[in-house]
Amino acid sequence: MSIRFDSVTVAYDGNVGSLALDALDLTVEPGEVMALLGPSGSGKTTALRAVAGFVRPVSGRVLLGGRDVTDLPPYRRGIGMVVQQYALFPHLRVDENVAFGLRARRTPRGEIRQRVAEALEMTGMAAYARRYPRELSGGQQQRVAIARALAIRPRVLLLDEPLSALDAQLRSGMLAELARLHRELPDVSMLYVTHDQVEALTLADRIAVMDKARLRACGTPRELYRAPTDAFTASFVGGANLLPVTVGPGGVSFAGAELKVETGDVVAGARATLCVRPHLVGLGAGPNQLVGVVREIQWRGATHRLYVEVDGHAVMADLRELRDPPAHGESVSLHFAAEDAVLLPAGVVGDGR
Amino acid sequence: MAGDPALQAVPTRSAPRNEGPRRWSPQLWAAPPAAALALFFLYPLALVVRQSFQPDSGGTSVRPYADVFASQAFRHALWTTVWLAVASTAGCLVLGFLLALVISFVPFPGAKGVARFIDVYLSFPSFLITLALLFIYGTTGIIGSFQFLTTPWGVLLAEVTYFTPFVMRPLLAAFSQLDTAQLEAASSLGARAPRIVRRVILPEALPALAAGGSLVLVLCLNEFGIVLFTGAKGVTTLPMLVYGKAILESDYPGACVVAVVNVLISVGLYGLYRVVSRRAGA
Ligand SMILES: Nc1ncnc2c1ncn2[C@@H]1O[C@H](COP(=O)(O)OP(=O)(O)OP(=O)(O)O)[C@@H](O)[C@H]1O
Ligand SMILES: [Mg+2]
Repeated sequence: MSIRFDSVTVAYDGNVGSLALDALDLTVEPGEVMALLGPSGSGKTTALRAVAGFVRPVSGRVLLGGRDVTDLPPYRRGIGMVVQQYALFPHLRVDENVAFGLRARRTPRGEIRQRVAEALEMTGMAAYARRYPRELSGGQQQRVAIARALAIRPRVLLLDEPLSALDAQLRSGMLAELARLHRELPDVSMLYVTHDQVEALTLADRIAVMDKARLRACGTPRELYRAPTDAFTASFVGGANLLPVTVGPGGVSFAGAELKVETGDVVAGARATLCVRPHLVGLGAGPNQLVGVVREIQWRGATHRLYVEVDGHAVMADLRELRDPPAHGESVSLHFAAEDAVLLPAGVVGDGR
Repeated sequence: MAGDPALQAVPTRSAPRNEGPRRWSPQLWAAPPAAALALFFLYPLALVVRQSFQPDSGGTSVRPYADVFASQAFRHALWTTVWLAVASTAGCLVLGFLLALVISFVPFPGAKGVARFIDVYLSFPSFLITLALLFIYGTTGIIGSFQFLTTPWGVLLAEVTYFTPFVMRPLLAAFSQLDTAQLEAASSLGARAPRIVRRVILPEALPALAAGGSLVLVLCLNEFGIVLFTGAKGVTTLPMLVYGKAILESDYPGACVVAVVNVLISVGLYGLYRVVSRRAGA
C-alpha cells in the first residue's frame, strides 16, 4: 500500500512559528522501503507520527493506498509500528504481546495462535514465546516488537530508529534480518527513520533526506551518493569533501590550482561547491593535484584517514592502510579523477564530515 | 510482651557478638526510634490490652470479652464497620482510578492544577468534608429534603468523598511514569481506549491501587470524625462504640475490648489485602 504525504505541515502546540514539518510532499510506492534520513530534530519522527495518526497536521493530507486517512484515529489505520524503545507490554509474555493486535481485532482464537507462531517464526523468536520482555536482550525485544507489528499483517510498516538502541554488531545482523523480512513480505511498504546513513544505504530503495522540517532531497541511494544535488545531502549521505571553487572554462579553480572536472551547464565565473568523496582521493602526484600539509592522521585498521590542510580548507582522504604514513606537518600531494567529482551549484555548508 | 522487641533493640545485648565499635552504630541509630515507638505506641497499647482483661468487678479474666462479644450492639457495630470500610475502599478505588485516568490522559486546561489540589486536599481534616456535605444535603442544607446523610449511605458517601484522593495520588504518580510509547503501540495495533485502559494501563496501575487501597481500608476502619459528624443515629462503628463505652458509659474494660478488636481487624484486613494484592500484582 502506498504512503503519500500531500504537503503535510505539522506544528506542535499550535506553535506555527516553528514548524516540526513544513509542507512535506513525499510518496512511498507499494512494497518500497523508504528511508527518512536527517539530523536530530529535522522532523523524521514527526513525519512518521503523522502517518500513524499520533499528530494531526495543521494542513495537508496523509493518504494510505490512495485513501485519505488524515482524520482517522490510529486504531483504524492498520499500520505496524516499531520504535526505538521497543514499547513492549511488560506484564504480557512474548506470545501475548504478539497476540495483542489480533485480540484487539477480534481475530478467532485458532487463527491468533497460528499467526502468532508465524510472526515469531519469521523473527526467529519462536523459542522465547513464554518469556516476559524483561527476560530478553535488547535485540530479542526488538524482534518481538517487529513480530508484534507484523502479526496484524499491516501493509504499511513504520520503523523509528529500530536499531539505534543496539550495539554495532547486533545492528548489522538485524539490518540483514530486516532486508530478509522485506524480501519475504514484498507487498509491505516500509518507512524507515534513521540518522545512520549506513542503515539507509543498505536497506532503502529510496532515501529522503530531511533537514530543518523540510525535505532536502529524495532519490535512490546510488543517486544521492554518486550525484548529490546539494551540499547538505552530499555531506549527510556518506562523508564528503566540499570545496569552494570558482568555475572556469573546462574546469574549476580551487586554492590556485586548476582542476579538470565536468562543469555541466554552470556558467564560467560562477562560485560553486565541488564534492569529492574521501575514499576517491589518492595520495601522491596525479591528475587534479592538490598540495597541502598533513594536520591529522587517523588509523582505522583497514584505512588511514588523512586531514590535509589545503589553503585553509581541510581535505579528507581515506586511503588503504599505508605502510609508511606521512608525518604530522609533512607536505603531501593529493589527487582525484575528474569523473569522481561532482559540481554543486549551491554554496558551502560547513566542512562536511 | 510488647516491651520485648524494644529490649532487643538496645545495643548492649547484641553488640558484644560483633567485634569492634563500628558494628555498634547501626544499632545505636535504631535505639531512639525503637524507644520512642515503645514509649508512645506499644506501651499504651499494652495498657489497653491489660485493661481489657480487668473487669470492674476486679481480678483478671476474659469476662469483658465474653460480655462484649455477647452483646448485640457490638456485633452490629463490627458488621457495620467492616462493610462500610470495604465498600468505601471499593468506591474510592473505582472513583479514584477513573478520576486519575481523566486527569492524566485527557488533555484539558488545568489538569496540573487539579493534580496539585489533590495534595492540598489530603491535608484537610475529615470532618470538614462531612460538614461540607451537611451544608449541601443536610436537613437544613441547600438540598435539604434528602435525609440520607444520617443513614449508612451518607457515611459511605462522605468516606468515599474524603478518601478518594488518597487513592488518586499514588495513581497519578504511577500514570506519569507510564511509557506513552506503549499506549501508542497499543492504539496502532488496533486497540481503542477501553481496551488500552484494561490491558495496558490497569496492569501497570495495580501496585499503586494496592498501596492506595490498603491505606484507605485501614483509615476507613478507624474513621471516627466522619461518622460522628454525619450524626447518623443507626450507624455505630467500632471507634464510635469505643467512644460510647469509654466516655458515655464509663465502661473502660468494654471500651478496651472493642479497641483491641478494632486494632486486630485493622492489622488483619491490611495483611489480607497485601497478600491478595501481591498475588494480583505478580
Ligand atoms: N511533543 C512535542 N512537543 C513539542 N515539540 C516537539 C514535540 N516533538 C517534537 N518536537 C519538535 O519538533 C521538531 C522535530 O522533532 P522530531 O522528533 O520529528 O525530530 P527527529 O527528526 O525525529 O529527531 P531525532 O533524530 O532526534 O529523533 C523538533 O524541533 C522538536 O523539538
Ligand atoms: Mg526521532
